[in-house]
Amino acid sequence: MPDTLAAQAATRPTAWKQTALQGWGRSSLSPCLAARPERLRELRAALDAPEGRTLIAHGGGRSYGDAALNTDGAVVVTGRLDRILGFDPATGELVAEPGVTFADLLDVFLPRGFVAPVSPGTAHVTLGGALANDVHGKNHHHAGSFGEHVLWFDLLLADGRMQRVSPESDPALFQATIGGIGLTGLVAALCFRLMRVPSNALAVRRRRVRNLDDFLAGFAAAGGATWSVGWIDALAGGASLGRGVLETAEPAESGIEARPAKARRFPIDAPGWLLNGASVRAFNEFYWRRVPASGQQVTVPYRQFLYPLDAIEGWNRMYGKQGFRQFQCVVPPGPGEAALRQLLETVAAGGNASFLAVLKVMGPQGQGMLSFGMPGYSLALDIPARPGSEAIFARLERITRDAGGRIYLAKDSLLSAESFAAMYPRADEFRAVRQRVDPHRRLSSDMARRIGL
Amino acid sequence: MNETWLILGASSAVARAFAREAAAHGAALLLAGRDMEDLEHQAADLAIRHGVSALPMRFEARELASHAGFVAECRQRAGSGLLNVFLAFGVMPDQAEADADPAVAAGMVEANFTGAASVLGVLGPVLEAQQGGTVVALGSVAGDRGRKRNFLYGATKAALLVYLQGYAARLSGAGVRVLCIKAGPVDTGMTWALPRLPFMASPREFAAAAWRRAGRGGGSAYLPVIWWPVMTIIRLLPTPIFNRLNI
Ligand SMILES: Cc1cc2nc3c(=O)[nH]c(=O)nc-3n(C[C@H](O)[C@H](O)[C@H](O)COP(=O)(O)OP(=O)(O)OC[C@H]3O[C@@H](n4cnc5c(N)ncnc54)[C@H](O)[C@@H]3O)c2cc1C
Repeated sequence: MPDTLAAQAATRPTAWKQTALQGWGRSSLSPCLAARPERLRELRAALDAPEGRTLIAHGGGRSYGDAALNTDGAVVVTGRLDRILGFDPATGELVAEPGVTFADLLDVFLPRGFVAPVSPGTAHVTLGGALANDVHGKNHHHAGSFGEHVLWFDLLLADGRMQRVSPESDPALFQATIGGIGLTGLVAALCFRLMRVPSNALAVRRRRVRNLDDFLAGFAAAGGATWSVGWIDALAGGASLGRGVLETAEPAESGIEARPAKARRFPIDAPGWLLNGASVRAFNEFYWRRVPASGQQVTVPYRQFLYPLDAIEGWNRMYGKQGFRQFQCVVPPGPGEAALRQLLETVAAGGNASFLAVLKVMGPQGQGMLSFGMPGYSLALDIPARPGSEAIFARLERITRDAGGRIYLAKDSLLSAESFAAMYPRADEFRAVRQRVDPHRRLSSDMARRIGL
Repeated sequence: MNETWLILGASSAVARAFAREAAAHGAALLLAGRDMEDLEHQAADLAIRHGVSALPMRFEARELASHAGFVAECRQRAGSGLLNVFLAFGVMPDQAEADADPAVAAGMVEANFTGAASVLGVLGPVLEAQQGGTVVALGSVAGDRGRKRNFLYGATKAALLVYLQGYAARLSGAGVRVLCIKAGPVDTGMTWALPRLPFMASPREFAAAAWRRAGRGGGSAYLPVIWWPVMTIIRLLPTPIFNRLNI
């Protein structure tokens, strides 16, 4: 008797609820059925979505567009699967469930002298999300993207099988899943290597940069830096086009006193008029002038350098109810330099209130079939969702494509299927793997349908 | 800290959060439940995050005959340290489901009350013998007054509360503190699919508050505290009005 009861409890149907999810840009609401498994057994059960609906994983919800949305389909929220399963301090090898976040890693491992080898710009990203978008950090130019550090992962396939996938065991499935925007299966655990650091702090140098040429020269000169990133005032045009602040950082030999991080919360959906040209211009100007003309050298905790935006929780509400979109592309060196100028001119001319744009030098092509990273320059900027903003995106997409660059799926909500095909040359290889592991397309998302996968 | 917390029903989200809280304060953990795969994940997590010892243990609330052996093993595993108990197991099937199927109703009573009374009964002498320790059990605001929506669940939690009152009285001489938490809805798998509930706490907030409250002594406590005024009003509503409410 007790055993049958236990069996009943074990096979209890997954709790699904009708809800509506948004990407980080909040530019659209997506109704769906959602489950939030708390353990592996429930994750397995969630694979069987009601009414034969298609399914997609949803991690921290930090993708700006529709990578983790499945309108009228089913969505599996993975944040409660947040256990660290193994750690070897000798090698730095970490095994964890997919809902563990970069914030968890910082809390647990920085005091022991380890950090994630690659980290995106917010600590709220989950490891599952990091794998699925093959994310990059400010050290992409020599650390590559997240997938480069992954040794294996456990993938729950559409047919219910759990497979441990490594570059040796199934290279195609490995490369399809890294950067595969959740379409090959549900990652149930992953193993990657943390990086040793001497202290909890970074020695950061900042300097003002007058324009785009100055920036590119600055990056070239800073090629040896462990981390580097450029903040561009996207409203500055003319001779100041591309002006901004170049930041480079190295691990600091000695640490600084750790203060508990306390985020402030952005209280409301800001009214639309708040982000007008003048207010953003003033902010960007302030940001530029904050750095003394002679440059600046400071020692800051990792959190502050890696995740500056996390200081204000829910900052995405600053763009008001209509939300915003982010544009991020990478363009190859050479033709990319002219493209960067065109991209910045397009945005500056549109007078689109964009806070600081981010310029990074990118390193090697990622191994994922749909990995974003490739040698060149990456430019990211926010544009409020307003009438007319889609036309600007179409122009930015065109410029990127013509320069032989690509748009980052983690940020995207508008890329056309045609441009996707032009930008991601391994898409057919990806389709073939998907045909093998999910012939009935049980996994799908708004993004997958939009870009024709 | 040479203390161990025995977590009964350790796979539940609230129990998991409480175990993390205890581990963060340096306590060793005994994680008792049925889903061994999950308990192993949890044990690894606690050991890595907090450097404490954490052991998965098989426990089935409805197998009353197994409780004596289980408790003996817990005592032994806790070594010379103080053994504390967090009792979190329980099920909450739909009232309608329980109305329609007596086996579901009986299963709930068995798990939520009979199983709890049995394992606490066996733990009693162990706690008395160590002359100290804390027992925290998850009651529910649903136990304050039987509501149409879930009075069977509420009844099991009301029974647990009364049991704990007497249990506390009996163990008070031995310096054992017994706390019944009258929990409001917590954002867990149990409440995920329910219509939006008021004053929902995250498991983490709830566990932190439960830990702090347990440090202040036994008795009973509403968590989140907002449920104290709310339930006071609900308890005082005249029956004819209460019966017409759809809560
Ligand atoms: C402020 C900010 C800064 C950012 N900075 C950077 C940056 O510097 N570099 C960068 O690369 N990115 C950056 N991003 C983007 C972000 O890193 C990616 O969008 C990342 O994928 C988000 O992960 P998530 O956990 O939020 O997952 P979601 O956004 O919820 O999901 C992302 C994808 O992962 C899939 N997924 C999630 N979990 C699983 C799983 N368990 N199994 C299978 N698939 C899964 C989803 O299906 C989806 O396709 C930034 C985002 C923000 C908001």
